[in-house]
Amino acid sequence: MKLELRSVSKTFQTRRGNTPALQDITLDVAAGEFVCLLGPSGCGKSTLLNIVAGLEKPDTGEVRMNAQPVTEPGRDRVLIFQEAALFPWLNVRDNVAFGLAAVGVPRSERMAKADRYLQIVRLGSFKKAFVHELSGGMKQRVALARALALEPEVLLMDEPFAALDAQTRDSLHDELQDIWAQTGKTILFVTHNVREALVLGDRVLLMSARPGRIKREFHCELPRPRHIEDHALVDATRAVLADLREEVLAAAQAEVEHERLSS
Amino acid sequence: MSSWRLRILFFIALLAAWEALFRLRLWPSYVFPSMSSVGASLVAGVADGSYPLAITISLRRILVGYGLSLVIGIPLGLLLGRVKSVQDTLGSIVLGLQALPSICWLPLALLWFGLSEKAIMFVVVMGAVLSVTLSTADGVHNTPPLYLRAARTMGARGLQLYTGVILPAALPAILSGMKLGWSFAWRSLMAGELLYVSLGLGQLLTMGRELNDMSQVIAVMLVIIAIGLLADRAVFAPVERRVRERWGLQPAR
Repeated sequence: MKLELRSVSKTFQTRRGNTPALQDITLDVAAGEFVCLLGPSGCGKSTLLNIVAGLEKPDTGEVRMNAQPVTEPGRDRVLIFQEAALFPWLNVRDNVAFGLAAVGVPRSERMAKADRYLQIVRLGSFKKAFVHELSGGMKQRVALARALALEPEVLLMDEPFAALDAQTRDSLHDELQDIWAQTGKTILFVTHNVREALVLGDRVLLMSARPGRIKREFHCELPRPRHIEDHALVDATRAVLADLREEVLAAAQAEVEHERLSS
Repeated sequence: MSSWRLRILFFIALLAAWEALFRLRLWPSYVFPSMSSVGASLVAGVADGSYPLAITISLRRILVGYGLSLVIGIPLGLLLGRVKSVQDTLGSIVLGLQALPSICWLPLALLWFGLSEKAIMFVVVMGAVLSVTLSTADGVHNTPPLYLRAARTMGARGLQLYTGVILPAALPAILSGMKLGWSFAWRSLMAGELLYVSLGLGQLLTMGRELNDMSQVIAVMLVIIAIGLLADRAVFAPVERRVRERWGLQPAR
């Protein structure tokens, strides 16, 4: 399996003119790799995931999955959002089985798979619960199970833990590393949190803002499982932060510039 | 004091005041009847079968008319909420027609269908269908885009998006449109039966007036209120509450 992005660019038309979101993104992700896209808000990293997911089309460039061009959503690449986006009218198990139903998997098989993936995210005893009865962390775990149940080759995760409290996030970091080790999925994970990127990623791609470009690439070879408070990780964070700070400043600058030009 | 006890006390006081006012004999009984004569009228109407018959006929009309407006209104609302060109064209007509009280359709209906069941059914449908359509369209329009993106990334497409996501997401709005539609249908039916006499509760009301029988008029009004309340409390309110709870729109009790 290989995910390839070739010179992907995207510009949004807004009332205030054109906003370049992504410029000339070229990227290869190998099977089983855990890649984090790190960048300030507004750097187009979510747009990039949407394009890989097939929910948006690039203006130029191409995404290829196993040498096939990506033109629409497919269950080989499933996107997980910052909000769990579970369906409140379904119970937890039916939520996990939703995607399987959409592709016509028979009911008994759907339920068996849903139960298996709920076990993996340690929510086996909550399969009859409704969404409004779950905490934020539990919702994200259901969302993870729902994506895993489709058995995609690539998990696309768009700041999935950004809205959670620190403790919940830390335990989900552990779980996600576990699941990744168990299932060997390829993961493309978007975050604006440097430490999160270093905890999770084999490779961390630092993106610049407006237009989004891949500015630098870090390899993180710290032993797993990694924890957010590990000394080595804190040190690694420092180096990346210095680079990111430059970017944030540049982004702020660009914003002011944009404002001035358009007024 | 619990709100139930307060309510019961209030109604007892109200009935007592009614009886006291009647005993002062300020007005003739065809203007202000006693509680007991209204009660007697109710009992007599039920006993001679005229109320049950009128209720059956009115209920049959509203069930058919209301059913029709759901069958028309919900699909129309789905279209309006999803297809921009339909929204731009048909949508403005639906909005405009809502300004017309449904009973104003009666003269047109009588000319089209004559003095028939169809005419009154038409008025009932026109009363309910617009609010069902508009609420459905609203619910569909307000389907969180995130739900659709989530469904699409999982491979759902076309009709699956409608049945699996848009329809259930819009259900709370559809239900409140159905509730509103029912009360409009009920009002339209009563207005129609009052104006164009042919059996039903509305006709009983007209008959009471023609016979100067105020007790009957009030008794029938009470029956009409009771049916309206019963539908709301026994059918719509519990369903709506359960759906809103499950959809996380209102905390569970």
